[in-house]
Amino acid sequence: MTIIYLLLTISVLVAVFFFIAFVISVRDGQYDDTYTPSIRMLFEDELIEEVSSEKPKTKNDNQ
Amino acid sequence: MTHCYHCGDSCERQELHYDDKSFCCQGCITVYDILDKNNLNYYYELEKNPGISPVEIAGKYDFLDNNSIIGKLLEFDDGRTQIISFLIPSIHCSSCIWVLENLQKLNKGIRTSQVDFPKKTVRITFVSGEITLKDLVILLAKLGYEPYISMENMDKKKPRINRTLIYQLGIAGFAFGNVMFLSFPEYFQVQEFWLDRFSPLFRWLMFAFSVPVVFYSAKDYFISAFKGLRSHILNIDVPIALGISVLFVRSTLDIIMNWGTGFFDSLTGLVFFLLVGKYFQQKTYAYLSFERDYKSYFPIAITRISKDQKEEQVPVYEIEQGDRLIIRNKELLPVDAILLKGNALIDYSFVTGEAVPVYKFSGDKLFAGGRQTGGIIEVEVIKKVEQSYLTQLWSNEVFSTNKQHLFQSLTNKISKYFTVTILSIALLSGLFWMIFDLSKVFQVLTAVLIVACPCAIALAAPFTLGNLLRSFGKHKFYLKESYIIEQMAQIDIVVFDKTGTLTTHENTSISYEGIPLSQEELILLTSSLRASNHPLSRALYDILDKNNIATLDSFEELAGEGIVARHKAQSIKIGSSAFVSPPLSAKESNRTSVYVSSNDGYRGRFVFQNKYRDGIVDVFQQLGKDKELIILSGDNDSEREKLELVLPKDSQLLFNQKPNDKLEFIKQLQSGGKKVMMIGDGLNDAGALAQSDMGVSISENVNVFSPACDGILDASRFYQLADFFKLSKQGTKIIKWSFILSFFYNVIGLGFAVSGYLSPVVAAILMPLSSISVVLFTTITTRYYENRILEK
Repeated sequence: MTIIYLLLTISVLVAVFFFIAFVISVRDGQYDDTYTPSIRMLFEDELIEEVSSEKPKTKNDNQ
Repeated sequence: MTHCYHCGDSCERQELHYDDKSFCCQGCITVYDILDKNNLNYYYELEKNPGISPVEIAGKYDFLDNNSIIGKLLEFDDGRTQIISFLIPSIHCSSCIWVLENLQKLNKGIRTSQVDFPKKTVRITFVSGEITLKDLVILLAKLGYEPYISMENMDKKKPRINRTLIYQLGIAGFAFGNVMFLSFPEYFQVQEFWLDRFSPLFRWLMFAFSVPVVFYSAKDYFISAFKGLRSHILNIDVPIALGISVLFVRSTLDIIMNWGTGFFDSLTGLVFFLLVGKYFQQKTYAYLSFERDYKSYFPIAITRISKDQKEEQVPVYEIEQGDRLIIRNKELLPVDAILLKGNALIDYSFVTGEAVPVYKFSGDKLFAGGRQTGGIIEVEVIKKVEQSYLTQLWSNEVFSTNKQHLFQSLTNKISKYFTVTILSIALLSGLFWMIFDLSKVFQVLTAVLIVACPCAIALAAPFTLGNLLRSFGKHKFYLKESYIIEQMAQIDIVVFDKTGTLTTHENTSISYEGIPLSQEELILLTSSLRASNHPLSRALYDILDKNNIATLDSFEELAGEGIVARHKAQSIKIGSSAFVSPPLSAKESNRTSVYVSSNDGYRGRFVFQNKYRDGIVDVFQQLGKDKELIILSGDNDSEREKLELVLPKDSQLLFNQKPNDKLEFIKQLQSGGKKVMMIGDGLNDAGALAQSDMGVSISENVNVFSPACDGILDASRFYQLADFFKLSKQGTKIIKWSFILSFFYNVIGLGFAVSGYLSPVVAAILMPLSSISVVLFTTITTRYYENRILEK
């Protein structure tokens, strides 16, 4: 049953790995805004590319 | 009726067609055009009519040419790449996010932009050589996303975000899960060879996981308990801290002496649940600011006339006494000054509560906070920003005291008795076992303290109040912190401001008193008013029939007096009482009136009356049942009679109150031991709002400035004020019921503890069970009452 040493080590290592991932994500500010990313992921960028090929492109005329 | 393709407003006044679509104004077309030409049409596909009609901005952002101002605003600057964060109040939907994050498609100088929707901010990285900050702001404003830049932006660099609670919660959750998993084999008490051999390893691992929980995650409870004890208060954190330390010491001894597995699972679970409660309670409205002072209301820069007679943009805080400034239409005067040139018509409604703009003449003193309406004026500064009459109010000490420390919550009240009871039970059972079985004393003593740890009690208030905070927010009453709901339930006196609080900012109702006007007179009146820029003229013009507009033969407007106009044989005089000189029979009134005489004969006057918010009679009646109501206004007493009619008998009404008078008045009320709620809207109420036990600011648009307060109530929900009180009272009842529920669990636990049978398994079951049932109970009951009271 000494295999338990190995298993425990692995399980603790996995746990610690996720814990470090958590700390890094908090530090990066992932928990500061929990709302906007949920919307951002729904934007479809491809759609605009299709449209852009049909219409003539005018460059920065809003300056 | 058609709606604008861009902003969704009805095209009632005019309907413009462009690209086969209907628009309400030229501004909306411009935005559409910009987006369309740059292939950003997706904006209109994400949401229906997502846009905001852009406002006129000519010259408004000239101050962004000033390098010292730019330097203060930028978050990052290496000479080339610059980063800036803007607060954009008009962000409201997913289309907004999308277009603001695609700004680089509109201008090559913009590299990336990221929106924080809850905070309504956008962080833009751009290259300074390719686009200037001013052009960037103008681009945003052109799209309808005008950034809000105020003096406040100057002071604070990025505020540090406090993420301690998330770390604490994460560590507690992490440890809780692992400890649970490690203590599983011992739950079943299987006497097997391998378990005996490995149990020390399992136990010491659990110990290792618990150490950061006790010393990091739970540290705030120890600090708070220590602070409480030092000031001789037995707050709820005292028994919690006691419970945590006993759990930790006992469990550590257990594994050292090999008495058992310890209570590490209960310990980590306890801290985890407590922190979840704390996190839940911390619902914040990131885009609302409850701490604002005059700085976020004041502009960041102003036009100064330099020594060599040139106009220059300078930061407001650099203005010195004796400087000469230029104030344009709709601009705010940030200092006390003397008027030198121009027709000043100053709107003080936000600062003093006076409802109608006042005329000022050359040589008159103007106070900071007034907004010029009309043409350009020139003024000389007599007092700097920090020393002005208005900003002096913020030196009062109420603005630096933390109200929460003064408030004793229900939980802390009960905790006093709870702690004493628990300690005596522990002592008595300890004594009992000392007589009968000395070996069990330590075990029983610690067991009592462990099960007595008031986890469920400590969770009752956070979850009840946290739920209510969300319910309130759903109904547009935004509170700063959850404890304020408890505070609200205890209010004895409600003090109202008048202008802007009880009355609406728009829609004054106008009535006519006098001889009815003939058709010709009406046409002449309308035509003359049309040419005038005075706010009263415009308000009056808006209600008149505009079918026949005559071309005037002569028109003259005398500042501060009125208008003389002539059309053919008909002449008209419109203006103040002194200007029109009505006969004595038309008795003088301190209500705002516009007098009219025609062909030199007096006709009558238009009386402007404040329009009160909907449901005001109902609100007064409901609140009057068990609370004293007081009106505290900065305006004159012209509305006294009208208010007396709707207020409960013997209510106090005070008028002509200066900002400091209001503060002192609230203080005086409180000295009688009463709990006072102040409801106001302007800077003149700021002192009273801060002094009161609960300061509520009413706002017609929660995104624009409102003074520092404990809660912001959307004006459209004013009629529900009494219901909010009712729900807050119900909230304290729910907390009390949950105390009874959790006490029931404590009694069961104590039964196990005093008899010496508290095994780790029992503790590990009892603790989460009691916590979860309290959470469920409070959630269900608050939902129920929210539906019953607020959504009827």
